Amino acid sequence: MIEYIIYAFLAINIIFNLLGGFSLHRFPDVYTRLHGATKCTTFGTIFAVLAVVVHALNQLRITGDPKYLQMALHSVVALVALLLTNPTGAHAIAKAAHLSGVKPAKAVIDAYEEKLTDRGESR
Amino acid sequence: MIASVFFYSALIVMIGAFLSVLRVLFGPTVPDRVVGVDTLNTLIVAGMVLLGAAYDRTIYIDIAIVYALLSYIGTLAIARYLQGGLE
Repeated sequence: MIEYIIYAFLAINIIFNLLGGFSLHRFPDVYTRLHGATKCTTFGTIFAVLAVVVHALNQLRITGDPKYLQMALHSVVALVALLLTNPTGAHAIAKAAHLSGVKPAKAVIDAYEEKLTDRGESR
Repeated sequence: MIASVFFYSALIVMIGAFLSVLRVLFGPTVPDRVVGVDTLNTLIVAGMVLLGAAYDRTIYIDIAIVYALLSYIGTLAIARYLQGGLE
């Protein structure tokens, strides 16, 4: 029964991580690629860690070996580190790409550019 | 049995990592390559966690923690370089 929960979590992980990989090739410019890749891989990695946590707690219940408790806790620490660093890294990349002169393809309104020109920082 | 399932799912995650390596190779602009590297880092963390469960080694998951934090510092350094120094 618990094995099927692990299989379901691993299936969600595989689907979303592969979608994140494919979205790098299906989108036209930097910002949409960043959007697709970051969201999909973060969501997929949440389910990879959930599958490992369920597996480790199940092994802890069966064998009683404390190394499985350590495995579950360290997986949760890795997930927290990833959830804190991934959106901030994506934000930094997007801002740096805009400031380095890469414009969004097919964009109608560029609100960040308008904000910079209102402040008189046009380049 | 369940260890092989973890191993093959890590293998399929590495196919996604290969797709992001292709984006690093063929990216037309520099921020495209940075996006590819960022995606590659996230997928490697997922693969290391899955491999740690497949081989029953907790040390692989510790490597995933350190890799996540260090790759974040690398991404921030490249982003600072692209936008032209500290502002």
